Amino acid sequence: MTQALSQAAPAIELLKIQKAYGSGPDQVLALDGVSLTVKSGEFVCLVGASGCGKSTLLNMLVGLDQPSSGLVKVEGRSTLMFQEPALFPWLTVGANIALALKLRGTPRRERPDRVNELLKSVQLEGLANKRPHELSGGMRQRVAIARAFAQDIDVLCMDEPFGALDAMTRDLLHDELERLWIDRSLTVVFVTHNVREAVRLADRVVLLSSRPGRVIDTFEVEIDRPRRIDTPEVAGLAAEITDRLRQEVRRHVNES
Amino acid sequence: MSTRVDQQMQTQVEESDTLDRSIAGLDAISLAQSVPRLRRTRRAWSATWPKLAAIALALGIWQLLVWSGWKPTYVLPPPAEVFQELWQLLLDGSLQSAVSVTLRRAAIGFSIAIAVGVLIGAPVSQIKGLRTAVGSMITGLQTMPSIAWFPLAILLFKISEAAILFVVVLGAAPAIANGLISGADNIPPILRRAAKVLGASGPALYLEVILPGSMPSFVAGLKQGWAFAWRSLMAGELLVIIANKASLGVQLQVARDFNDSTALLAVMIVIFVIGVLVDSLIFGTLERSIRRRRGLIDSAG
Repeated sequence: MTQALSQAAPAIELLKIQKAYGSGPDQVLALDGVSLTVKSGEFVCLVGASGCGKSTLLNMLVGLDQPSSGLVKVEGRSTLMFQEPALFPWLTVGANIALALKLRGTPRRERPDRVNELLKSVQLEGLANKRPHELSGGMRQRVAIARAFAQDIDVLCMDEPFGALDAMTRDLLHDELERLWIDRSLTVVFVTHNVREAVRLADRVVLLSSRPGRVIDTFEVEIDRPRRIDTPEVAGLAAEITDRLRQEVRRHVNES
Repeated sequence: MSTRVDQQMQTQVEESDTLDRSIAGLDAISLAQSVPRLRRTRRAWSATWPKLAAIALALGIWQLLVWSGWKPTYVLPPPAEVFQELWQLLLDGSLQSAVSVTLRRAAIGFSIAIAVGVLIGAPVSQIKGLRTAVGSMITGLQTMPSIAWFPLAILLFKISEAAILFVVVLGAAPAIANGLISGADNIPPILRRAAKVLGASGPALYLEVILPGSMPSFVAGLKQGWAFAWRSLMAGELLVIIANKASLGVQLQVARDFNDSTALLAVMIVIFVIGVLVDSLIFGTLERSIRRRRGLIDSAG
């Protein structure tokens, strides 16, 4: 895996990204010179305390936001998943996915088969006619994953997608996401504030500082897959990263 | 060597299988929670009896008032007499023709109001400048008593169908437009973001996401619009009396002219019942089905 990765072409290139809100003395700098390269097929977790501009960064990767200065390059199609599944409540599960297909131009005839196929890929076969509110949080988030795949993506950006789920569901979804990532050779950029989750999933954990957001450290995760969140290796690296994160947070005491 | 690889693959397949089964198990647990809905007859009965009780109470109070001798019975007749009159109107067919004249006007006026309301509401909800310009004007129009429009309507359209429809549309359209506007305002921002991520923009964003997302509020606007339309129509039929069109309003006016309080009350009951039926059968049903589909209603309720 690592061998293949080092030769892979970059899927994402961020060069000296700066993002400022407002102007004049009230100006707030959200991101300050963030540079990051993500290789094709790599799983990168962005970790940082609040105010590190993680969400702004993800928005830029899918074109919802533009940097004030700097360069954003994303190879292929990208999409973004949120902490909430953000399914449309007036549509059935199947119709939610069909809408994604429709918006990217899949012909009407092909949609039903594609919907079933996508639902099957997230273990939700046969639930196309359910309404989102009839499903559990974990199931809804899997529908959101299926909807993301409906866009035929190369790059999947996730903004704390499992933050609102119970621990058991979350652990199972980690396994599921890992499997889908490998099966579909996706590039994943995953934002979380849960360091263990980051170590469980990532090839590389990127640590961001707060206000303004900068890349302060990068950790390669060289733990064999499949991993579990409760192994000593994962806990050990997570502790190391947490220490580094706390050090960064303490910096703000001296500033204010 | 090859056996080791085989073994490894075997473990991987097994792990994948365990994962599938764990996920399926969790899903089964959460899906099993849904409560079966009450039987149709039970539901119908529990929705009906409070209404029947309320009607009985109202009729009882009316009867008591008559018995108290507060007013002579030629001014305030007892319920039984009024319902007899109603039956009579039904038998000679004059009620049906009046109802059909009035309902036809209501249907035409309300349809135009929906068209006008949507044509105004949709762009106003989406274009900021337009919103600032006419947003408060729409609300202003909504608060304007419809009866105040009639002098102008009669000047513009003479004593005609058009004068009545004009006021009905002016009464209902602002409420409908406002429903659409506030519906667009109340769509959760996360759904807009999700739509944009899916590649929806421009007309597709409006038709696929904002419009369906506005439906609950739009139906509320329709409901309110109907109430305004029905009121405006009754005012119109009292003021703008057109020959050979014996509408409900005309019957009301005639009853008053002849001091026939029994017929007056009979027609009033019809007006009331139509207003309530349209509201609950059409808009109430629409509202409930939207809320149920979106999970805004307890499935057992």
